[in-house]
Amino acid sequence: MRLRGKLAPYLFLSPALIVITVFFFIPLVMVFILSFTDLDMTNIGRLAWWHPSNWSLENYVKIFTNRFFPKILFNTLMYVGLTLTLFNVGMALLVALITTHINRRVGFAFRVLWLLPRITPVVVYIMMWKAMAGPAPMGIINAYILGPLGIGNGEYLLNTHPWVFVILVNGFIGASFGMILFSSAIEAIPKDYTMASKVDGATTWQTIRYVILPMIKWPLLFVTTYQTLSLLTSFEQILLLTDGGPRLYQTEVWALTAYHRALTSYFGNTQWGYGAAWSVILVIIGIVMAVIYLRVFRFRELVEEPRIDAL
Amino acid sequence: MKTKASWLKRWWRPLLAYVILIIPSLVIAVGYVWLLITSFSTRTEGLRSLGWTLQNWRFLWESPFGPRVPSIWQVTLNTLIMSLIMTLIVVGVSSLAGYALARMKFPGRKGFLSLTLILHAFPSVTLLIPIYFVLLWIQKIPLIGSGIPLIGGFGYNTIGGVALVMMAFQLPFGIWVMKGFFDNISWDMERSALIDGASRFKVWWQIVMPNIKPGIAALSIFSFLTAWNAYLIPLTFTSGRAGRFSVLSLYVQNFISESVMTEWNAVAAVGLFQLIPVVLFFLFTQEALLNIYSGGRKGGV
Repeated sequence: MRLRGKLAPYLFLSPALIVITVFFFIPLVMVFILSFTDLDMTNIGRLAWWHPSNWSLENYVKIFTNRFFPKILFNTLMYVGLTLTLFNVGMALLVALITTHINRRVGFAFRVLWLLPRITPVVVYIMMWKAMAGPAPMGIINAYILGPLGIGNGEYLLNTHPWVFVILVNGFIGASFGMILFSSAIEAIPKDYTMASKVDGATTWQTIRYVILPMIKWPLLFVTTYQTLSLLTSFEQILLLTDGGPRLYQTEVWALTAYHRALTSYFGNTQWGYGAAWSVILVIIGIVMAVIYLRVFRFRELVEEPRIDAL
Repeated sequence: MKTKASWLKRWWRPLLAYVILIIPSLVIAVGYVWLLITSFSTRTEGLRSLGWTLQNWRFLWESPFGPRVPSIWQVTLNTLIMSLIMTLIVVGVSSLAGYALARMKFPGRKGFLSLTLILHAFPSVTLLIPIYFVLLWIQKIPLIGSGIPLIGGFGYNTIGGVALVMMAFQLPFGIWVMKGFFDNISWDMERSALIDGASRFKVWWQIVMPNIKPGIAALSIFSFLTAWNAYLIPLTFTSGRAGRFSVLSLYVQNFISESVMTEWNAVAAVGLFQLIPVVLFFLFTQEALLNIYSGGRKGGV
């Protein structure tokens, strides 16, 4: 009975531990090993990729000497930087600020609407954007905005301005995350604070800048860092929207390159080794940032001892 | 003069706020309105229908890709089974682990909790390449690899395999959420049962689990929707868009890439078909979802 009592927690945890081992630990070790090999479709089964004698840094040299490396790096920085500032933080803050200062029910309804893109099947969501970007007379943007204003010739906007759509498409999904966290943080600010600043004659902008923003410093920092990592490693929307095109590498980002190299065969062989090397760099950034969250965001408190245990 | 100024001040600010809010919100709304109108139209220009029809919904009774490709109903069944398996395992495994973390003291607890948090923040999508090999290995296991009827098995190119990967990606989040729910319920009933000599497992199953039904419901809905909407993982770990184990996202995407611009009405209908259950779920559970989302979400943007 004593022994069973001691074992109980581990029995409860064992299914989770098995899953984490099979789908996190083993893959984590493997992605590093694979990145040192040149395993691809042509030599699988023959290459002893687990053997250190077949390891080299060749893939990494290949990445940094790749003719398109600067382009991909620039694309990635632009994608993360613009989406993050304009939408995941900027738009999120704007929507949160407005929806918390209008009628409660109306504000809630707007927040629900903003959650919709996140909950929509990504394939259907991208389809809507393709329809919006469509050529005249079908495309919504051409029909209602550009046409009446006399801008452009009604072309398929995804071909002419792919970057605008890459950022909009990801931004409208991304904004809801910050919006939810910011709104609850803003609602938690005691009304006295904003009242006091109004009584003192502060303008709306001053109230936001000197009262609200300092009070939601932690959520702001959390959303910024968390979403940087999310954006850096997400590529599903770009894969569906432009697949890195329309012109060669025009909207190709880092995570998409890893996927293209390893798991699609459009570029010749399915190069698992080379693709893994592209991934490894993201994996390292991911681990480092995840550990930093744990330290910075007072997760020590979150992992405190359980309140009750022994009888 | 004074009254006019204060009138302006009182009205133009909220008005401006609404305008700033409504313009980007319209962008979201327009997409859904377009989907609805287009799927019932012969052709559309912008949001204007050039004639109403039900022809776009033909895919429900005749396969648009011929007999060699699974029908929409087969694909829907696949998606449903995959989502249910994924949800069931996520909820089961997370509640077991969450319970231990919330209620028990044991060596390694802190380490495991930190690990859960790190994995929750870690972008699991970067591990797709090695997971491909893990699934190939699972496939080699007799019977459970690729020999189970209906779901194929749990290896590469099976419904079970896709469900397993999705479950694994969801698990750190699930454990964290379930632990939160356990933390918030009272310990009294449990304690009296334990004093009466009930085992830990029995207490968990018969006393604690029924008490956190709202939590189980929230995590279930969340996991189900994630699986129902998934595209990347089924795309990567099944043999293709026309395969036996195709799911709705792949079916819709197949429809899109095989269609020319003029067939968008049919495409929209298929998309709406996948979206309907999501929206229904969403309308009835928005509050729960809004709450669970504030717990953070991994993957995606």
